[in-house]
Amino acid sequence: MNSPLANPVLFHLGPVPITSPVLVTWAIMLTLSLGAFALTRRLALVPGPTQAMLELIVETVDAQIRDTMRTEPGPYRAFIGTLFVFIFTANWSGLVPGAEPPTAHLETDAALALLVFLAVIVFGIRAGGLRGYLASFAAPNPVMIPLNFVESLTRTFSLLVRLFGNVMSGVFVIGIVLSLAGLLVPIPLMALDLLTGAVQAYIFAVLAMVFIAQAVGEAKPLTPKDRSDT
Amino acid sequence: MNWLALASIVSAALAVSFGAIGPALGEGRAVAAAMDAIARQPEAANTISRTLFVGLAMIETMAIYCLVIALLLLFANPLLK
Repeated sequence: MNSPLANPVLFHLGPVPITSPVLVTWAIMLTLSLGAFALTRRLALVPGPTQAMLELIVETVDAQIRDTMRTEPGPYRAFIGTLFVFIFTANWSGLVPGAEPPTAHLETDAALALLVFLAVIVFGIRAGGLRGYLASFAAPNPVMIPLNFVESLTRTFSLLVRLFGNVMSGVFVIGIVLSLAGLLVPIPLMALDLLTGAVQAYIFAVLAMVFIAQAVGEAKPLTPKDRSDT
Repeated sequence: MNWLALASIVSAALAVSFGAIGPALGEGRAVAAAMDAIARQPEAANTISRTLFVGLAMIETMAIYCLVIALLLLFANPLLK
């Protein structure tokens, strides 16, 4: 049985080894960007079916951001929406024969978690300045500085392990059942896997929102209006 | 097969089995509480289920950690090289 932690190299592009998750990621990136580009060429004030579908997606993301972060979704829509759509497509890309979800490999998830880690820092600094963001590490009192620092690292790590573990275990279980029981038996498991993939994409996006909202809220000096909310 | 490999396999199985118990109990309690809350206050079902999903994912991470530890023991064990 192949190790889920190993990445067999497909071919070399010059000195760079290219593995199958990288190839699938490229395919997803290409599909999503070309699709978004092609579908937004002919936007009308009265939307057709395709545009209505796209607007539905954007409005759902907006509503989630508004509910979770309790701010206007403007600055966060691009990051959170892209994160969600990419992870969702990546988790469901196992439906394409021959493709394996790139999120079932540690490296893709590490890259995504690193993006969230950096986004928290960037949005935190943008909200409260460098000084305000750094001061948020000493939030209740300076004794908490090492704990807050460790927390920001461990929650990134748990984000990475959560996505990896869920998607990889789905792929792994399907592989085991397929080798033991035969052709049609893993289909219910694949359906479960689709559900897990969708939920995990949602959760990754929600947690990214929560972390960013926390950093932004702590970095910003509290106004009386904010204080009454919490 | 030497003793180290045997111990790795047994402890991988132990990690997964015991790692599944705690999160299972915790998730059961969380879902029960959420059901109770939705039954009392159906209009808050959206907020409750969103929070529930995030909470369940947090709890589930503990089981996933154990699974990753088991996989490390089986496939990337530094002592067996």
